Amino acid sequence: MPDLEQLYAAVIEGDWKAAVAATNAAVAAGVPPLTIVTGHLVRAMDEVGRRFDCEDYFVPEMLLSARAMKASMEIVRPLLVATGAEPVGRVVIGTVKGDLHDIGKNLVASMLEGGGFEVIDLGADVSPQRFIEAVTERDANLVALSALLTVTMPSMKATVDAFQSAGLRAQVKIMVGGAPVTQQYADTIGADGYSESAAAAVALARRLVLA
Amino acid sequence: MTRLAEWLAGGPLISDGAWGTQLQARGLAPGESPDTWNLTHPDRVEAVARAYVEAGSQVILTNTFRANGIAMDGDLDAINRAGVAISRRAAEGRALVFASMGPTGKMLLTAEVTPAQVFAAFDAQAAALAGAGADALLVETLSDPDEARIAVHAAKRTGLPVIGSFAFDSGRRKDRTMMGATPEAVAAAMVEAGADGVGANCGVGAEFAAAICGRLRAACQLPVWIKPNAGLPVLVEGEICYDVSPNLFASHYAALCAAGAGFVGACCGSSPDFIRALVTARCASN
Repeated sequence: MPDLEQLYAAVIEGDWKAAVAATNAAVAAGVPPLTIVTGHLVRAMDEVGRRFDCEDYFVPEMLLSARAMKASMEIVRPLLVATGAEPVGRVVIGTVKGDLHDIGKNLVASMLEGGGFEVIDLGADVSPQRFIEAVTERDANLVALSALLTVTMPSMKATVDAFQSAGLRAQVKIMVGGAPVTQQYADTIGADGYSESAAAAVALARRLVLA
Repeated sequence: MTRLAEWLAGGPLISDGAWGTQLQARGLAPGESPDTWNLTHPDRVEAVARAYVEAGSQVILTNTFRANGIAMDGDLDAINRAGVAISRRAAEGRALVFASMGPTGKMLLTAEVTPAQVFAAFDAQAAALAGAGADALLVETLSDPDEARIAVHAAKRTGLPVIGSFAFDSGRRKDRTMMGATPEAVAAAMVEAGADGVGANCGVGAEFAAAICGRLRAACQLPVWIKPNAGLPVLVEGEICYDVSPNLFASHYAALCAAGAGFVGACCGSSPDFIRALVTARCASN
């Protein structure tokens, strides 16, 4: 058996080349793709999240780990699809209408993917209608909204309201985040959850899809 | 004596407050580019700048935060030049005009952009701002010391004084930038890059800013630019408001000066009322 602890370590250290090598070795040795993901990639990204919470890691370290995790996922994903394995949840993510900032949103998307979610990333400046279309088309059960600017926070409320008007509010959980966003704001607009960091977003997403 | 030190010889200077929300109050739609208004609605941009000068700002910025070639498209040379001209008209010699340069919004670390692209974008913006007659260049709301070094190198080519100001909003004590940099790391990077001043803007509220200011000051001898947020945004009757009043904000003025701040202003959530409150606080402390 190949040493899958090397994959775990490579993701934590943010070494994407080592992650690819370890993933290829595992696949060649017949390790089931789901084992690679849940047993090692998810576990490694959980550790990255823990280090972020402890302030051992900041955004740069997290980005490098996410890149290593994604490089491994590129190899594993087609195999996973072939086995018909279901993701933890299906999340539609985007920065809300009027806001072009995507650094935080990209980080959360990476962390969610590393957490075993299927991530449908709509990019930045996403209208409420596009969120609704994506949820409907892809049968997503979670929506993650990002805003960096105070002036675009009302677009978060507009998006939550649009799901309500479309009669889809009960089908999805909606989580929000971004520099000016607070728990109080999330509560006021009727979102299901707020996360202060990309690492905490994964734990929140897991809670929301199990609720 | 550097030009910044000369300006500060009489004591700390009061800078300005938030622009985006002030422009929205004058009709800027959510999602519309504020910088483009320098060409389409110069009168309204000038009204914001003038409101700060009349409130007592001794340094005002320009409406050019996003006008670098990575963060936005458009006739950036014209937008930057108009931004300086507008603030200059509003100042009428009563305030210095420091030109605002925001981050690119892209990450060097993930190779979304190359150092050469970042340099070219800041170099073009700095040249336009300097050519239009800015007194100094303020590269602000930075989080990545590497991007900041490149921006300062580009801005220094104009010969103007350059300040590098960072947003400290991460970590349990809110004393790190998003990229994890401490005030000490930021100060070292700015000294190494040849900046004339270092600072903290946006990020967190005034109650955290004095500690960060003190650490920046202790880590280098450069003048310190401080422009904290007016607390945290809250939703009141469908409108976004910040939860700190002008008077509460200004109550931190003395502590900021004691911590060594050279320039004191207010960032997100503030208005000309916050500048008036700072002026009152300065009178009270003299």
